[in-house]
Amino acid sequence: MPKTKNANIPFAIANYSREQLTGALRRMFLIRKFEEGAEDSYMRGLIHGTMHLSIGQEASAVGSCMPLRPDDQITSTHRGHGHCIAKDADISRMFAEFFGKETGYCKGRGGSMHIADVDKGNLGANGIVGGGIPIAVGAALTAKTLKTGRIVICFFGDGANNEGAFHEALNMASVWALPVVFVCENNKYGMSTSTERSTAVENIADRAIAYSMPGKTVDGNDFSAVCEAVNEAVERARAGQGPSLVENVTYRWRGHSKSDRNRYRTKEEIADWMARDPIKRYAAVLEEHGIMTAGDIEALEADVDREIEAAIDYAKSCPDPSPLEVTRDVYTDAAQ
Amino acid sequence: MNIHTAAQEENLVEMSYAEAIRDALDIALTNDERVVLMGEDIGVYGGAFQVTGDLVHKHGDARVIDTPISELGGAGVAVGAAATGLRPVFEFQFSDFAMLAMEQICNQAAKMRYMLGGAVSVPVVMRFPAGSGTGAAAQHSQSLEAWLGHVPGLKVVQPSTPRDAKGMLLAALEDPDPVMVFEHKLLYKTKGMVPSGHYTVPLNKAEICRPGSDVTIVASSVMLHRSLEAAETLSAEGVCAEVIDLRSVRPIDRDTIVESVKKTSRLVCVYEGVKTLGIGAEISALVAESEAFDFLDAPIIRLGGAEAPIPYNPVLEKAAVPQIDDIVSHALQLCRGTL
Repeated sequence: MPKTKNANIPFAIANYSREQLTGALRRMFLIRKFEEGAEDSYMRGLIHGTMHLSIGQEASAVGSCMPLRPDDQITSTHRGHGHCIAKDADISRMFAEFFGKETGYCKGRGGSMHIADVDKGNLGANGIVGGGIPIAVGAALTAKTLKTGRIVICFFGDGANNEGAFHEALNMASVWALPVVFVCENNKYGMSTSTERSTAVENIADRAIAYSMPGKTVDGNDFSAVCEAVNEAVERARAGQGPSLVENVTYRWRGHSKSDRNRYRTKEEIADWMARDPIKRYAAVLEEHGIMTAGDIEALEADVDREIEAAIDYAKSCPDPSPLEVTRDVYTDAAQ
Repeated sequence: MNIHTAAQEENLVEMSYAEAIRDALDIALTNDERVVLMGEDIGVYGGAFQVTGDLVHKHGDARVIDTPISELGGAGVAVGAAATGLRPVFEFQFSDFAMLAMEQICNQAAKMRYMLGGAVSVPVVMRFPAGSGTGAAAQHSQSLEAWLGHVPGLKVVQPSTPRDAKGMLLAALEDPDPVMVFEHKLLYKTKGMVPSGHYTVPLNKAEICRPGSDVTIVASSVMLHRSLEAAETLSAEGVCAEVIDLRSVRPIDRDTIVESVKKTSRLVCVYEGVKTLGIGAEISALVAESEAFDFLDAPIIRLGGAEAPIPYNPVLEKAAVPQIDDIVSHALQLCRGTL
């Protein structure tokens, strides 16, 4: 339960323990450095295919998952590495998946775009924009029907808000008052097309009114603001009052994917957003409120660096899947 | 082999194909709290073809859920619910409308288990009222089973009788993977003897409905019944046709077909979907690739739907899909070597 609001104390500082707050910074570092490690491995030819990096969006992933219980569920997107880590995934198994190994989360069958950790409640990234939105509503239908007490966070991007699946799923979630929170990570561009050029409303959260649910636009690079908005939505869902839409306005520092030549945005714009680094901002808040010292933060960062290095070494050492097993797991029963 | 006991055999009830499906749904809703039905107008309306009927009154609107007209979203909700613990049965009002939901069926339901390395199963059942013959024209009359049969991860069946409609639906509900059930609209009012209570019919086995020696006719759904009638006429002409109910499009029961062709040396595939790249092509190919190839005494015949949308005019509508006379004349020519 949130404590009484104090204008001078950020929501997160007022409501989470020291351990939770430092753990959140650790996860944000993990996401940043996981993405950098994945990018570096790709550049060196160790990972094939493509990937969509979420550097710059760490506060949205971690802040949104703060109000969740371990058995709550999420659906994720093609830019989903951060969500997976925010939901407590093991980065060794994530790297193993990126390296296509049998020990990866998807046994090398899914890769970056299908990363999932079902045991931890992450029902998976998705290669189809908007593909996870109805699935999240289905998970919420299960929660309500079987009275599990779980809630579901549905992550999607600004691009997905123009898919028909968005409209159909949000409408059904509202009609049936399902325990789901729609978290739109608005990073301003669907591949190269800006929200100004693609979306008829100024704020994506404005669309909530069409589904009779609360909608809120927040600074997605402000960890505490994200926590506060999503927490309110989670409490509402948990109380059986139905879904909400939270829009975290953020920015991806890297291109859409590895083919992106950044022709649609300026260096100045990117530099401006990099100056609003969500990790630096959150670290400063922790220092200001005496949760961590600069030395603590430096040590934590170095610790995460070592963890990333060990995870990559582990992934490299793992076995590849056997070509003889290319059809395994298409069906549940081996007879197929 | 149909799995039902002798005691159930004695306890046969005559019911229509639609009633048999409803009976299966009723049994599943009663026995398993995870089962929910979803679809457009399946509640108090009873479904466009009165399949769900009065189930909403018995099981409540939290179990028999009217969805908005949202095929993509509705199918996706069913997929997400199946992946997280429910056993949803999603009814498309017409199978044609499933094209709006192909994303969720083919990209999500079919692939989720594989993509996630086996970490989940998606036990969703989807029902597709299909086929022509109702005067509903091109967007309400298609036979799309071959489309979905092309997708690994799905199971696709076409029960032809009330008994199989019930038993295969109950089997689908117990299956851990997505099962697509194509129900021909012309069959809903056809009657047959159905075992009472719970039983299942396998989702991967064809059935020899009429043994014969001169030609194998493989068909299912409405085409099975036309083929059986054709076999009667052929019999009067001195041709003894073996008629196989395919029942399952994915997986196809290769062995039953191959063994039959080895016996009869002739093959006619009858199906309502568009002929080109259809079920008949797959059956022809699997026979051509099998040991039955050496037994063939004549070319393989495919009788499929016309290379056209299903038209409105009743004469044209009949001309667009195989009829009994087509089956008789082709089988006769095949057996008499006059093709």
